[in-house]
Amino acid sequence: MTVRSQEAPLVLKLEGITKRFGGLTANGDVSLDLGKGEILALLGENGAGKTTLMNILFGHYVADEGRVLVADPSGELDALEPGSPSAALEAGIGMVHQHFTLAENLSALDNILLGTEPLAALKSSRAPARKKLDDLMARSGLSVNLDTRISQLSVGEKQRVEILKALYRDARVLVLDEPTAVLTPQESETLFSVLKKLAGEGLGIIFISHKLAEVLASSNRVAVLRGGRKVADLQTSGCDRRQLAELMVGHEIAETAREPGEPGAVLFSLKNVSAGGGRDALRDVSLDLKAGEILGIAGVSGNGQTMLARVISGLEPVRSGELLLEGEGLGSLHARSMIDLGFARIPEDRHHDGIVGAMTVSENLAIESIRKPENQRFGLLRFAAMRTRAKEMIKAYDIRCQGEDSPARLLSGGNIQKIVLARTLETEPRVVLAAQPSRGLDVGATSDVHRRLLEARARGAGVILISEDLDELMRLSDRIAVIHRGELSNAEPTETLDRGTLGLRMAGHGAEDAA
Amino acid sequence: MSEILDILLSANFWAASLRIATPLIFGVIGALICERAGVLNLGIEGIFTAGAMAGWMAVWLGAGLWGGVLVAALAGGFFGLIHAILTVPLGLSQHVSGIGVTLFATSLSYFTYRTALPDVSSPPRIEAFKPLDIPVLSDLPFIGPALFQQTSLTFLALALVLATAYVLYRTPLGLAIQAVGDNPSAVESQGLSVYGLRIGAVVAGSSIMALGGAFLTMSAFDAFFFGMVNGRGWICIALTVFASWRPGKALLGALLFGAFDAFQVRLQTEVGSFIPGQVFLMMPYLLSIAALVVVARRADYPRALLVPYFRGQR
Repeated sequence: MTVRSQEAPLVLKLEGITKRFGGLTANGDVSLDLGKGEILALLGENGAGKTTLMNILFGHYVADEGRVLVADPSGELDALEPGSPSAALEAGIGMVHQHFTLAENLSALDNILLGTEPLAALKSSRAPARKKLDDLMARSGLSVNLDTRISQLSVGEKQRVEILKALYRDARVLVLDEPTAVLTPQESETLFSVLKKLAGEGLGIIFISHKLAEVLASSNRVAVLRGGRKVADLQTSGCDRRQLAELMVGHEIAETAREPGEPGAVLFSLKNVSAGGGRDALRDVSLDLKAGEILGIAGVSGNGQTMLARVISGLEPVRSGELLLEGEGLGSLHARSMIDLGFARIPEDRHHDGIVGAMTVSENLAIESIRKPENQRFGLLRFAAMRTRAKEMIKAYDIRCQGEDSPARLLSGGNIQKIVLARTLETEPRVVLAAQPSRGLDVGATSDVHRRLLEARARGAGVILISEDLDELMRLSDRIAVIHRGELSNAEPTETLDRGTLGLRMAGHGAEDAA
Repeated sequence: MSEILDILLSANFWAASLRIATPLIFGVIGALICERAGVLNLGIEGIFTAGAMAGWMAVWLGAGLWGGVLVAALAGGFFGLIHAILTVPLGLSQHVSGIGVTLFATSLSYFTYRTALPDVSSPPRIEAFKPLDIPVLSDLPFIGPALFQQTSLTFLALALVLATAYVLYRTPLGLAIQAVGDNPSAVESQGLSVYGLRIGAVVAGSSIMALGGAFLTMSAFDAFFFGMVNGRGWICIALTVFASWRPGKALLGALLFGAFDAFQVRLQTEVGSFIPGQVFLMMPYLLSIAALVVVARRADYPRALLVPYFRGQR
């Protein structure tokens, strides 16, 4: 299988696809083709129209203009009936959605069989299916226990079931929407090695991504979408990171970098704090945060970061130990008292904890200072004042929305994060807690977040940055500590650390190094 | 204490339990099928009434007993279709639509009855289903009178439990119904129709519910009265949660309720002079609340229950 992609026979062709939602053009005249055995990366920022395009391909949406052609088994290109997932499946297109489409109450096997047998059949024929799947799993390296209920499977396993669903139906084109968004780096590597193997057997693969590293490492060709239009279609081998990033964003990206700074006195400390129970508990954690520094907390997700963030946010009582602000004990903690003391909290799950989706942008911007005189008088809210201030913040933080009165849930993840940043940083907090602040954000939004955190640092605030992204931590943090199984290592200056050491400590090999 | 033991040891008590349970078995199986597909059907109380009225009237007009059963099922299916259209493709609130269907079906049944029989004070009687006399089984001592002297409809209800369990767990259709009640996009992404499955399940479930009503007028009694359904439909909604949406447990729940009810009637005649009768009438309901409290915590809700599905929206 050393055929170069241009010479490989086409398995899929999209011609002039245009899709409008009201006044918004989600896709404008996009054409794309995919060869047999080729891995095509569809790169673009959130809202660039990648998912819409793939949903048209799979029949979830009907395009306003343009058509989709799919090769039949003999290689002949035929037009695909629009708006019909069953026609897409029939034509050999398999799709792995970002939000898995699995019934949690059924076994993996039953999920794969769903819809492949006539509904009137008197019995589900599981035995022959099992045989075919065993064979598929052996060939592809995707192994899953077929009899386990989906609700018992890990995220990575669920994704394997999704891919097996497509392979079981003899898909010739496989589309994956942001397949690594929910995976650990190791799981992502395994996934891509499986995909390469499958491509080697002739499967055409399209994966949607906004992560440059994986696009460069794993695709043969890359198509870049921006604002619903295709702006580039290149062989991956000739591309570099910078070029792709600029194509994706449409302008040059200022690399955010930390200016050397002189941290001040200790501002905020945890002393021997234990909290929570189970896997995500904190065990005897101590840390010192200085004014004017960013303290990075590295770790694989699920090692106590969430609990640490909850404690500092005032959402979780500590079992033992204490929190000190400028040397004074804080006593019992509430979310409200933490806000009043000047803590800014950027929560990990911004959709769930960061905003109230049904409320407007302006209400969400005011929600943490709702009792202050500028927002209420005699217990009545001052909506006009809230709106005026919201308009200023929307402008200052470049929050893209249909105005301060639109419900916050309609905003993209990046813009929701900007609401959180505007609300928390506008009050010039002394301590900023940023939990996974750039998770799931595109390049543009991420660089905004980084810039704001660095601004807070320059202003003299202490910033605690909890992240799983080592590049982010190395670039922003003055010092980095590693959390593993609820225990936090001593923070060390970033200059003395490298990715290898941090990686080892994240896996729990810190003790030998220290000894 | 000996009175209680006497009650439990009489074949008559067990026969009554099964008889009282029969309409509930129909109702709870019907509700379970709807809810497994993700649609709560609060039309059940009205569908019971419509089934009771339509089945009885068909027999009275000369359709024959099984003809009456068929008419009852069709009436249930009709009201189920109304509920399904309102809640599935149109995505309206399942609570509101269900209550609406109950009001509509109940009132329409009463209206039809009054229009057909404007001047009668006591409703005309029909020749109802008779208890079957099964060779050998019905003649067994104790077990015979306790279990095998029921009407055909009771055996139909028991057969439906088995059939529902088989379809739900062993056939592609059943898997699809389970999936559509858990995650409709799983069904759509596998090329099946979410709306088709849900509408089909609601119509089928509603037809089965209506048989519970038909049992009341064609087997338990032989005539139609106002208010005769008397909350049985609502009990079935609670029993569905109790059963954790499983047909076997649904049967068990209906039988338990039937047994409580049969027990309280008998206890009332034994010790009725000390305690007001209403306390006994309350008992089955109190016990079902208690049972729900214990069980519902662990109940395995269909995740997409009450959630309408719109294509292309996630």
